[in-house]
Formats: sequence, C-alpha cells, structure tokens
Amino acid sequence: MWFGERNHFNEMKKWLKLSLWIVLIVLVGIQFVPVQRNEIKPVTNADFIEHYESPIVIGNIIRASCYDCHSNQTKYPWYSNVQPIGFLLQNHISEGNSELNLSEFGLLSNRMKRTKLKSILSQIDNDKMPMPSYLFLHSEAKLDSLKKTLLVSYFDSILVDIDR
Amino acid sequence: MKKSNSILNLALVAGLSFSLLACGNSKSTDHNDDNTEHDHSGIDHAAEHKMPDGSVMEMSENKSISQLIDQYLAIKNALVQDDSKAAASAGQKLAEEASSIDVNTFEVSKQPEIKEILEVVKEHGEHIAKSEMVHQREHFEGMAKDFMDILAITGTDRTLYQQYCPMYNKNKGGYWLSDSQEIKNPLFGSKMLTCGSVKETISMK
Repeated sequence: MWFGERNHFNEMKKWLKLSLWIVLIVLVGIQFVPVQRNEIKPVTNADFIEHYESPIVIGNIIRASCYDCHSNQTKYPWYSNVQPIGFLLQNHISEGNSELNLSEFGLLSNRMKRTKLKSILSQIDNDKMPMPSYLFLHSEAKLDSLKKTLLVSYFDSILVDIDR
Repeated sequence: MKKSNSILNLALVAGLSFSLLACGNSKSTDHNDDNTEHDHSGIDHAAEHKMPDGSVMEMSENKSISQLIDQYLAIKNALVQDDSKAAASAGQKLAEEASSIDVNTFEVSKQPEIKEILEVVKEHGEHIAKSEMVHQREHFEGMAKDFMDILAITGTDRTLYQQYCPMYNKNKGGYWLSDSQEIKNPLFGSKMLTCGSVKETISMK
C-alpha cells in the first residue's frame, strides 16, 4: 500500500515537472513569434494636431492620452517586448487605430470628420476613453476634469468649424 | 534524449499554432475585403440598367437606396422597442448595403458626396452592429443628417418624416426619420416613447 502511494506520488511529480517544462518552453517559444507593430511614420500635414494647429497645451494632452492607440506614433512600453503581453497590446492598438487614426485625420471627408469628432466627444464625455485598462499603466494619460473640459470644448469648437 | 525531443516538438507546435493564429487574423480581414468586393457583383447588375446614352434609369438607383432606407427603418423600429440585438443585426445589414451600392450609377457631379455619405453610413452601421444601446442610439441619431442629405440627392421611394425630440443628448435635441407620422421615439424608446414632433416631410418627387 505504502509502496503504491509513493509510486503514485512519484508519477505526479513527474507530470508536474513535465507540465512546468512545457509551460516554460511555450513561454520562451512565443517570444520568438514575430509581432506586427504599428509602424511609426513621420508626422504629416494630415496629423490632427498639425492639421488644426492645435494649441500646445491641447496638443500635449491629445498626444499623451490618445496617440498611443489612435495614431502612427505609438510609444511602445518595454513590456510590449514580452509575450504574450505584446500580442494583447498590439491587438488593442490595431483596433484603436482602425477606429480612429489621428495621424490621418486630415485626409477624411468633412462628413467623416464630423462623425468621428462626435464619437470622440461622446467617448471622452462619458469617460469611456482613455480606456481604464490603459490608464492602469499610463497615469499620465488620465484626463482629470480640467483636461476633460479643455478637450471637450476644443473638439466641440472644431466640430462647429467643420459645420460652418 | 527522447523526452527532450518531444518537448522540443511541443514547443514547435505551440509556436506554430501561435503564428498560425496570427496569420488567421490577417486572413480574416482579407476575407472581409473579399466580401465587399463580392458585393460589387451588384454593380454589373446596376450597370445593365444604364440607358444607351449613358444616363441611368431612376429605378436602379432607387432600388439600392430603397434597401438602405429599409435597413435604416429596421434600426429605428428596433430602437423604438429597446431591442439592441435587432438593431445590431439591422446595423450590420445597413453597413453591407451601404458598401454594396455602386456610386457610378449616380450622376457624376453627385458621386463624391454620395460616396462620402455612404462611407459614413457604413461607419454608423458597423458601430450599431457592435455597440451597446446608448451607443447605438448615438450613431443612429448621427445618421439622420446623412440620410436627409442622400435623400435630397437621390429622392425617396416612400414618404418619410423627419422627427425631432428636443430632450435627446442632454437637451441638445436629436433627429430621426420615420415612415409614419405618428411619433415613436427611437432615441429614448420606452422611456419616452411619444416625445417628439414632425419637423419635415420628405415626399416622393
């Protein structure tokens, strides 16, 4: 009986060891899977801040709070090189960029600019953006009530300008 | 030796499946593109309606716009009933409809504007397809102007009523289109079903 239990214990230990090895190897292995990154392109005239010649204060807020996911100017944190975190990050960034790419905002039709601005306004106004999961590691991106008011009234003024 | 081999194999398989996953993702987007291209089969169809002198029969334009209006009204009816799911599926259809319309069937001078409107309508449809109801209503309200604009160019196949509720969006007000004069508010649904009034009638020319 005693012998049998010991055998069982050894068996379990063997399996545990093996599965730990597998996990480790998979974790190491996925470090070598290439991740497609958001290409950092030079800033053009179509860039939102350039296009509207935004005041420096406003431009800085937009850059700090929006540009990591909504432009071609992503600042990748060091841990984006660690998988699978990098995959997840890239997913977020690609999704954000396909919804809104401020680096190419100037290329949109007025109608589309209006549509996007309305969405931007409602997202900021309802505290949906920047995303809480992003703010968790990017406290500098947080919009306090002053920054929020500034941004909302700024985007509002651009919306009015387009409508005119 | 054998054991380390099998472990190596496992790692390889894991790595491969990850890269396959990544490929799968990019493929699925390609697929979407294919789909939209596929939808363009409607183009050839519409082209058949072209008159020998190059002008286009009203009927063919109105048919596609008709389907656009159908889906718009389907979203409206769903939102009136607070039915987010039905609104989402109509939103999906609206987006598909908007991207399948061939702009070339319209008068050349109107094509750029129609193209822009359809792009925006597609955008709204896609968002309605994947959002919660508050957000669906925002996009639905946003579309009212675009629909008014496109109908002003293409005309409508039925009488529509532009309706307005002054309380929407923190009393900034909001518009929508309906095929019935009776007010059934899609911006608030059951919360305020009868808030609103008819602002304008869009009739067939």
